[in-house]
Amino acid sequence: MTISAERPTEATAGTATPAGPRKGSSWTNRPGWMSQHLGTAIVLGFLGYLFGHWWGNYMASSYTYIANNGQNGVADFLGLLCMVIGWLLGIGALNYPILKLFGREPGEEAPAPGLSRYFRYTLDHKVVGMQYVVGVLLFLFTGGLLAMAIRTELLNPTVHIFNPGTYIEIVSEHGTIMMMMATSIVVGPLGNYLVPLMIGSRRMAFPRIEAFSFWIFSAGYLVIFSALFYGGFPTGWTGYAPLQNQAGPGMISYLFGFAVIGIGMMSAGFNILVTIVNYRAPGMTWSRVPMFVWSILATASLLTLATPVLFTAGLFGLLDHLVLTSFYVNEHGGSSYLWENLFWFFGHPEVYIMALPGFGIVAEIVPVFTRKPLFAYKVAAAGMMGVALLSFFVWQHHLFQSGINPDMRPLFMLTTELISIPTGFIYLVGMGSLYRGKMRLEVPMLFCLALYFNFLIGGITGVFLSDVPVNVTVHGSFFVLSHFHYTIMGGLVFAFMAGLYYWLPKMTGRMMNKKLGLWHFWTMFVFFNLTFFPMFIIGILGQPRRVFEYAHNLQGLNDFSSISAFCLGASFLLFFWNLMYSMIINPKKAPANPWESLGLEWQTANPVPLYNFERIPVIVTEPYRYSEPGAPAYADFGGGSAAGASTIGSSVQE
Amino acid sequence: MNNGSEMRRIVTAWVIVSVIGDLLWWFLVGPHVPPGNMTTSAHWNQFDFNILAITALPVVFMVWIWLGYAVVKWRDKPGVPEPLGGEAAKASRGVQVGWITITSTVVIAAAIYGTVALIGDHGSGGGEGPNPVWAPPGAIAANTAALAGKATWSPTGNQPLVVQVIAQQWKFTYRYPAFGGMETDRLVLPVKTVVVFDVTSLDVIHDFWAYQLSVKADANPGVNNVAFANTQQTGQFMVRCDELCGIWHGAMYNSGRVLSKTAFMAWATKTEAQNAQNTAFLPPFAWTYTPDANGASGGLYPDGNVTPYSPYDVYGAKQPAS
Repeated sequence: MTISAERPTEATAGTATPAGPRKGSSWTNRPGWMSQHLGTAIVLGFLGYLFGHWWGNYMASSYTYIANNGQNGVADFLGLLCMVIGWLLGIGALNYPILKLFGREPGEEAPAPGLSRYFRYTLDHKVVGMQYVVGVLLFLFTGGLLAMAIRTELLNPTVHIFNPGTYIEIVSEHGTIMMMMATSIVVGPLGNYLVPLMIGSRRMAFPRIEAFSFWIFSAGYLVIFSALFYGGFPTGWTGYAPLQNQAGPGMISYLFGFAVIGIGMMSAGFNILVTIVNYRAPGMTWSRVPMFVWSILATASLLTLATPVLFTAGLFGLLDHLVLTSFYVNEHGGSSYLWENLFWFFGHPEVYIMALPGFGIVAEIVPVFTRKPLFAYKVAAAGMMGVALLSFFVWQHHLFQSGINPDMRPLFMLTTELISIPTGFIYLVGMGSLYRGKMRLEVPMLFCLALYFNFLIGGITGVFLSDVPVNVTVHGSFFVLSHFHYTIMGGLVFAFMAGLYYWLPKMTGRMMNKKLGLWHFWTMFVFFNLTFFPMFIIGILGQPRRVFEYAHNLQGLNDFSSISAFCLGASFLLFFWNLMYSMIINPKKAPANPWESLGLEWQTANPVPLYNFERIPVIVTEPYRYSEPGAPAYADFGGGSAAGASTIGSSVQE
Repeated sequence: MNNGSEMRRIVTAWVIVSVIGDLLWWFLVGPHVPPGNMTTSAHWNQFDFNILAITALPVVFMVWIWLGYAVVKWRDKPGVPEPLGGEAAKASRGVQVGWITITSTVVIAAAIYGTVALIGDHGSGGGEGPNPVWAPPGAIAANTAALAGKATWSPTGNQPLVVQVIAQQWKFTYRYPAFGGMETDRLVLPVKTVVVFDVTSLDVIHDFWAYQLSVKADANPGVNNVAFANTQQTGQFMVRCDELCGIWHGAMYNSGRVLSKTAFMAWATKTEAQNAQNTAFLPPFAWTYTPDANGASGGLYPDGNVTPYSPYDVYGAKQPAS
């Protein structure tokens, strides 16, 4: 029996969410204005910033180095730090620990009813999932606008729209925002929403930590965005020292931003990891865990184990900036290689944090639309865990030309190429699942097929990059840029779209419009490839990354890429229009199980009751037993459950 | 249609497309793949790229043909049989073991081939750090001699030429220890010569990318990153900074030339004489240069001295006789 059964199984959704004011409820879920919500977070965040900035000026203005160069980084840092603390205090994230600190019992923390719970510190994983949907889309949209600016500048090799300082600010901000977004784009919205539903749990293991992870993620957005007001930072998302030490106050936003986002990533990863290990429904052995959950498990392990290194590296950088330590300063006994190694020791697992959830989504969705069992389930799980494990042993391939020990290079070439083997498992599983299936080309399925198409190009070009002799030409060029856009955008973002089209009917009870969805898919797929494929050629022809001037003979390719990028941007507008249209303007009620899935998440009532399952399901068999007449349903919900869940699975067989 | 004939069709299509694709690549595209043939490493890196390309193309075609076939034939339309479920749909052990064996073999073969290519071509033009292990004959000795002030080069001998690449925001300069330690802002090299590049930086990390030479090495402050090239053809080449180094990174490029040995000697002797006065100001040739007390990287020595130090204070250079 799992811990998730701690509530009496007879509890119903109705009694769990009593309407009206409740006595003794905590500040975070009191109805009305006199409570804690997004508004108080903004106010306290703002006041915190003012206080911190004043404090820094009061304390540090007289420091010799600050008086000499006239830049008070301490004030900027304390401003941001107090802003984050104010934000967390304002939303109510610290109520519980503070009360406990003083030995007091917090009030009732059941989520507030109604729409307002989405603007509060809400402990329900479904609310957190929806908050993340909005959060990551905001990140994605900001980063996307910056990408449009980059492509506009690159329309001409010598005529400039931005000055070089502004351009590098835009490039750096685009990269950093997108990377931060991509760490959470699937784990945040879909991971938080779906994992408990898919493993038959009523809750996450640590609901407060889960809500905290979202609110600190959103604080991280504010911190990294603040760099724009500090004149940006010139280092790109990689933040290499000593350029980092040289940079102005925008660098503090970068370093502190990654530290803040890092706390969010660690807490999200830790919570999900513990949930998956401990909160699976009875009967859900490891060979019955849905593939999406496997991928989130692998990702959560990476988040938990890799992010502390980033956090520490950022802390060192902050100390270098603020109290003049010299972790990364060569002349004073530090080493710029330290940053490179710490950053990429996090950075390469990070790359797989941005790939594995995509693999999980397609592995989860493809059987539903081919009406076949997942091909080679164990190989798929082994592939994901294999990628996660190997990802810790490849980081120095980013440093092939940096002057590391030369005899390390064959080793890291080998480990990097070995990672193709478990990645190949994912393709075996995907291709095998298509074999003699009966494919329904719905919008989510199209996005899954696009992932196989795009990620293949991204993955194969990764082999070119891992080969040291070829790396001499392609390292640091547009070839690399195209490679990782093919894996992260072509892989993860396409998978995220597949996931949204597939699961939004469950999450919101409304169907996405299919016609608009098809338009969105085809424009995004075509223009994604037209934008990024030419960049491979641009890179091979000698254009380095992050430049605002390039050879005249590359203008044609760059212009082609830019115009395609604008069309790609327009395809996202189509998506946003579809989202608005289908969710708000003209909502169509979704059927209980629109894709006829056997997945557990589709078998609870719609909308999902507060505690997810009226009775904890007992998992009786493997997932994905499609097209198998007479197969038992995936889960047994006990007799006569209101949702009739146990019958949905079998009716699909007919 | 039974399984066998369906698979036969797919495999036949795959083999045909792969053979055509590989032949087209090898004979039409391959010879034009950068970086060309200006150095031996450029040549071998191009060869290496093409080997990987003809290995990769069949893999790409396999997945594309499979996807295409699936979308056309195995989709939900009238006449398509119901998919198999249960035991019949399970992955056979043969398929799984076969897939893992084949992918592992290809991947490990690629790693072995890459290693052989890397070692055989003396590091393939990539930066090998301060202590290179795969060097052309005589190159390391020549580099050590350069540090001791004993570098020589003549058009008749076969000595390697030592060139130091000094990167700073936002410019490359080049020192020639064999020619009195002169420093120029253009890179000129002799043909049919092993060149030792000692790459370093004065401020932040840059990356010396001599595109057609197929040389790429990060320029780290305080570190000597050594790379080798063996020039084979005369001509122009492009030099770009390939590591983000601040706001003018995009404008940090220039071009260099490979000349015949005699033309190079003539250029070098002339430039040495022209630059002699400036060369006297330079610090002695060294593998790295510490940023000066004025703080080349933005004031790292806040010792309260408001008057900038002069080059005489910093480098101990001789004052020119007035």
